[in-house]
Amino acid sequence: MLRKTLFALSLFASIGAQAADPVVFLSTQLRPLEAAQTVRTVILKDFKPGAEFVPEQPAELVTRLKAEAQAGKHTISLIAGVHGELQPLVPEGILTPLDDVAAALKDRGFAPDLMSLGKFGTDKQLFIPWMQATYIMVANKKALPYLPKGADINALTYAQLAEWGDALQKATGKRVLGFPAGPTGLMHRFFEGFLLPSYTGGVVTTFKSPEAETAWTEFAALWKFVNPNSTNINFMQEALMTGDVWVGFDHVARMIDALQKQPDDFVAFPAPAGPKGRGWMPVLVGLGIPKGAPDVAGAKALIDHLTRADIQITTAKVAGFFPVTSAPLPTDLDAGNKAAVAAIQKTGAAIDGIAALLPVGLGAKSGEFDKAFLDTFQLIVLRGQPVKAVLEKQGATVQRLMTETAAPCWKPDAASTGACQVK
Amino acid sequence: MLPYALIAPTVLFLGVLFVIPLVQTVALAFQVKGGWSLDNFATMADDLNFHDAVVNTFRLVAVAVPLQLVFAIGMAMMLRRIGKGRDLILWIWSIPLGISDLAAGLVWLAIVNDQGYLNSVLFRLGVIARPESWLTYETPAALFFAVAIAEIWRATAIVLLIIVAGVQVLPKEYGEAAEVFGASPWKSFTRITLPLLKPSIQTALILRTVLAFEAFAVVMAIGGRNFPVIISEAFTWQHFNNDSGVAASYAIVIMAISIVATLVYLVALRTPAAQR
Repeated sequence: MLRKTLFALSLFASIGAQAADPVVFLSTQLRPLEAAQTVRTVILKDFKPGAEFVPEQPAELVTRLKAEAQAGKHTISLIAGVHGELQPLVPEGILTPLDDVAAALKDRGFAPDLMSLGKFGTDKQLFIPWMQATYIMVANKKALPYLPKGADINALTYAQLAEWGDALQKATGKRVLGFPAGPTGLMHRFFEGFLLPSYTGGVVTTFKSPEAETAWTEFAALWKFVNPNSTNINFMQEALMTGDVWVGFDHVARMIDALQKQPDDFVAFPAPAGPKGRGWMPVLVGLGIPKGAPDVAGAKALIDHLTRADIQITTAKVAGFFPVTSAPLPTDLDAGNKAAVAAIQKTGAAIDGIAALLPVGLGAKSGEFDKAFLDTFQLIVLRGQPVKAVLEKQGATVQRLMTETAAPCWKPDAASTGACQVK
Repeated sequence: MLPYALIAPTVLFLGVLFVIPLVQTVALAFQVKGGWSLDNFATMADDLNFHDAVVNTFRLVAVAVPLQLVFAIGMAMMLRRIGKGRDLILWIWSIPLGISDLAAGLVWLAIVNDQGYLNSVLFRLGVIARPESWLTYETPAALFFAVAIAEIWRATAIVLLIIVAGVQVLPKEYGEAAEVFGASPWKSFTRITLPLLKPSIQTALILRTVLAFEAFAVVMAIGGRNFPVIISEAFTWQHFNNDSGVAASYAIVIMAISIVATLVYLVALRTPAAQR
């Protein structure tokens, strides 16, 4: 009898589940086709009543949510984006406070630093951390014998990276350093989060400082050892696996394939340091519920699902983003993921580390902000124009964007009261 | 009344899908923060890739379109002499027409990239000691050559089909008369066939030139950001820089160029009324 009742109940439940609309889950992360498919078929597989994963360009996230709020027709229940992408939603009042969710999920063991980023300096929890990543370097083991004497691969400097590239070119006759400067590559993040913080200790305020001039001059010199195909590279893993690049920099999710498929061929390690320290860009992806969401209960259930220990680990395994909770990484983690996690941990733990956040508060102008760095790169490094003049002109563009958006400085620039100023 | 009713759907279709977006594009291009302004055009012209994009676009059109026309006319003339298997040959020649732009670009990328077939063949033949990079910012000539060849390969078929259609309706009498009077094949081609083909050539040139100015997928696949053209810059401004105003300005530039090119062909290749 009991069995029959349970059967009937479960049947009823499954019918109910089929009838319920899936939770619409909009994400600026895991956009590439394969990654999005992995989210649907692996990460969201067991979630009932089902979720519809919709990847969206970061700049269009704000536009879309604002449009839905204005039209009063809400379709999206849960959004995922990196810290800096969600921030523009805060002044618009689009994010629902999630203090109840945070309290209910207390035992998941969220890292307190990450949790507090979800408050954006307010007293409300506006997003729940989902996953994190950063950018690292990966080298072919064939390149290791050519490391400069006395260099520690886990505490490399930009000068040593240049020396290494030089030695590799002399030995192989090829330029085998690699950067993701292709049309959809993430090269701008290298300048915003790694090179410039390492040399200047800032990003916006120090844009045209003498230290920035040094950074660009030295990077242009280093570029002599970089594979010229770099301006076609979008995902470093492909160039690493074909052997076009022996030492490459990219987002960990864009190199994880190389580490997983050929764990014996590659090593992962933190990005280099400059005179001011080891600039690095932590990438924290958070989950938020927009006001007026059609299915708040479903969205909360989905947050619960995505932060479960097993799903956190699955996400690490299949998507190249790592846990934000205390979920212990399993001992059977594959070698590729182990190498990536170790490199990320070393990056975060580096004593000379300078954490540089993703640009905050630029909203729809963040594309133009990134362009200023890419244009600077193109003019100085690829076209060999005078550093000072280029920084002067592009600095004016950056200043204009800051003034137009009134965005205050973000780390590593010192906090400002009004719009961040290029000094 | 009936004729108007019959063309109404077409007018509606063009109105909704062409005129309205056109007006919106003009509004986007000439407005900044709700006011009329030329700032978007200033931003566009001041951008570091604008000059390259314009030069690359015109260079591509100047090289690709004449070659395509020459190839297409040559191929159409060859087809004229073929009896058996003509349809099969025409069919094979039109294959590129059935392939999407992007697929065509990727086919050529597979040939000319570092690990591509071209490098493999040259390496096997001992011409090169190691794979060469043809598609980088350091090899602009090779890059242009690769893009131009791919574009010619992809789009010659459309010119060919228009010319073939024109050739099929050429009256035979003129050619036969020329033969009777002892004209050489070359003379009869330049004095009879070409002038009679002028309307077809005009159509083909207008279509091809306008589309060549809009070349996008092939260029993106092979050249990426190393080979900016006007349309790819419009795409970059819309998609990566998130500035619809500047993207719309590029669209207006392309539209202006296309209109001018069409007018030039209409005037230069017009057939006098008496000959129609």
